[in-house]
Amino acid sequence: MSDTTNQTPKKETSMRRRMLAEFWFYFSENKGAVVGLALMVLLVFIAIFAPIVAPHDPIQQYRDALLVPPVWQDGGDWRFLLGTDAVGRDMLSRLIYGARFSLFIGVVVVGLALLGGVTVGLIAGYYRGAVDTVIMRIMDVILAFPSLLLALVMVAILGPGLLNAMIAIAIVLQPHFVRLTRAAVLNELNRDYVTSARVAGASPFYLMTRTILPNCLGPVIVQATLSFSNAILDAAALGFLGMGAQPPTPEWGTMLAEAREFILRAWWVVTFPGLAILITVLAINLMGDGLRDALDPKLKRS
Amino acid sequence: MSIAINAVDLKKHYEVSGGMFRQPGLVKALDGASFTLEAGKTLAVVGESGCGKSTLARLVTMIETPTAGTLDIEGKPADSSSVDHRKAVQIVFQNPYSSLNPRHKIRTILEEPLRLNTDMSAQERTKRAAETMERVGLRPEHIERYPHMFSGGQRQRIAIARALMLNPRVLVLDEPVSALDLSIQAQVLNILADLQAELGLAYLFISHDLSVVKHIADDVMVMYLGKVVESGAAKDVFANPQHPYTKALLSATPNADPVAKKERIVLTGELPSPLNPPAGCAFNPRCAHASDQCRASAPRLDKLGDIEVACFHPVG
Repeated sequence: MSDTTNQTPKKETSMRRRMLAEFWFYFSENKGAVVGLALMVLLVFIAIFAPIVAPHDPIQQYRDALLVPPVWQDGGDWRFLLGTDAVGRDMLSRLIYGARFSLFIGVVVVGLALLGGVTVGLIAGYYRGAVDTVIMRIMDVILAFPSLLLALVMVAILGPGLLNAMIAIAIVLQPHFVRLTRAAVLNELNRDYVTSARVAGASPFYLMTRTILPNCLGPVIVQATLSFSNAILDAAALGFLGMGAQPPTPEWGTMLAEAREFILRAWWVVTFPGLAILITVLAINLMGDGLRDALDPKLKRS
Repeated sequence: MSIAINAVDLKKHYEVSGGMFRQPGLVKALDGASFTLEAGKTLAVVGESGCGKSTLARLVTMIETPTAGTLDIEGKPADSSSVDHRKAVQIVFQNPYSSLNPRHKIRTILEEPLRLNTDMSAQERTKRAAETMERVGLRPEHIERYPHMFSGGQRQRIAIARALMLNPRVLVLDEPVSALDLSIQAQVLNILADLQAELGLAYLFISHDLSVVKHIADDVMVMYLGKVVESGAAKDVFANPQHPYTKALLSATPNADPVAKKERIVLTGELPSPLNPPAGCAFNPRCAHASDQCRASAPRLDKLGDIEVACFHPVG
């Protein structure tokens, strides 16, 4: 990289490209992260092009084919590659459409929780004192409730539905981000480089967002990837209790919950949605690891 | 000679709550320090840990505001909101491993003060950063690197370069070499001396290493428990220390001459808690010359020959 360091960039775009190239260099060193990224790209692709990829309509019921096993088993049907569920809907199509909901839930919930949590945590950690005390006690109150119970109460107030479930889960997940950010901010606040920026005349906003925040992002990114899976699972749990995605929405968690009673008779109706959640969560976590490594300059070599 | 900084009776007291059921305590971290710093000169502040050296540094750089006393920067009262004053006084910290933002490249670290305080174009900033890097003996092509890719001495030079970016008149050096190896110390001290000669900078050099101070300082100010106990020209203080504490400090400095007579004064006891300083002269519990007078009242800083000393029984 040293050959590019001497010339001053003419435009902002070439600078961007170089930063991106550098990021990719470090990210691609972690093979697990690349696998995770590939899986995620595949999932996003499937989710976006679900109507083209899926062989059937996800809510179309084939009354002549109830609980048909996957093709490779006795009694399998080539029309339904992964079998059908109790009311004759194609599992594969439902899983493909379900990717849309699960990714959407994960992105929205983590986005809300991350944005709110990091902002609030940054303010609490930077200003300390009374502001800090009030914010952290409110977060303690939220944490004191079992998360699912709190989400349930909130959905009950807001009314059932996927959107309300997502808001409720975001609020439940937020305190973790607040605490994590605050702890990291407190750790960084008294470091000399922060004082140095202050002597240079940085405003509180500049200090918070440009000086301190980038140094706190490592653990927050890991927490975000873990929360992504939590969000999907919590949404599934709410769906199971009838408070999340409403049938016949092909949401993975709801599918899992609906199929619970057939677990001994038809293994595929439970296994495939479970596997879909597992693979998604795994891919996100692998990617999160690589992301943290690539974003941490301490792990970079000259 | 123009006066860069003039401080009169600077004080900084901190309140310590100490818990719900205890009386709030008052720590007099700095209790009345007066000095003048001329352009192109070096004033060294020496003393052991907890004597108020770093508090003084924080006051002079306007990170904190003094509880009492006045601080004039180039003839005007210090004002932390004034861009001119911010530009005039910059600081170099002790530990170069924590004073550089690990997430920023050297380019960002060096250009940040310019971006915050001036409206220079990106090209000008880059040019200025490269110039300053060369001035402190770094290769300008390393500008795209991160701090962790450098050694301690190089990092400290980056920190000095950053402090120089705004063309300051005063550099506060808070133990700038005590975290470095001996050979690197000499290198950094030489760079500092060159910069002073070239740019006419005034240094407020904070240290507990007297051999370094002897090498670099024009004036010395010895502090003990927030108070100045002795101050004067470095050569006078080193040749003929008046305060028993200064004498003890000097006797503890290693001497490279093996045949020189060593007269080691060993102080007994610890530095008293600044929460509860002893009555009278703060140094009396550890002083060999302490009398009833010392235990009853605190001596004022008075002129004695060429230097100033706060002691009833100067030992000179």
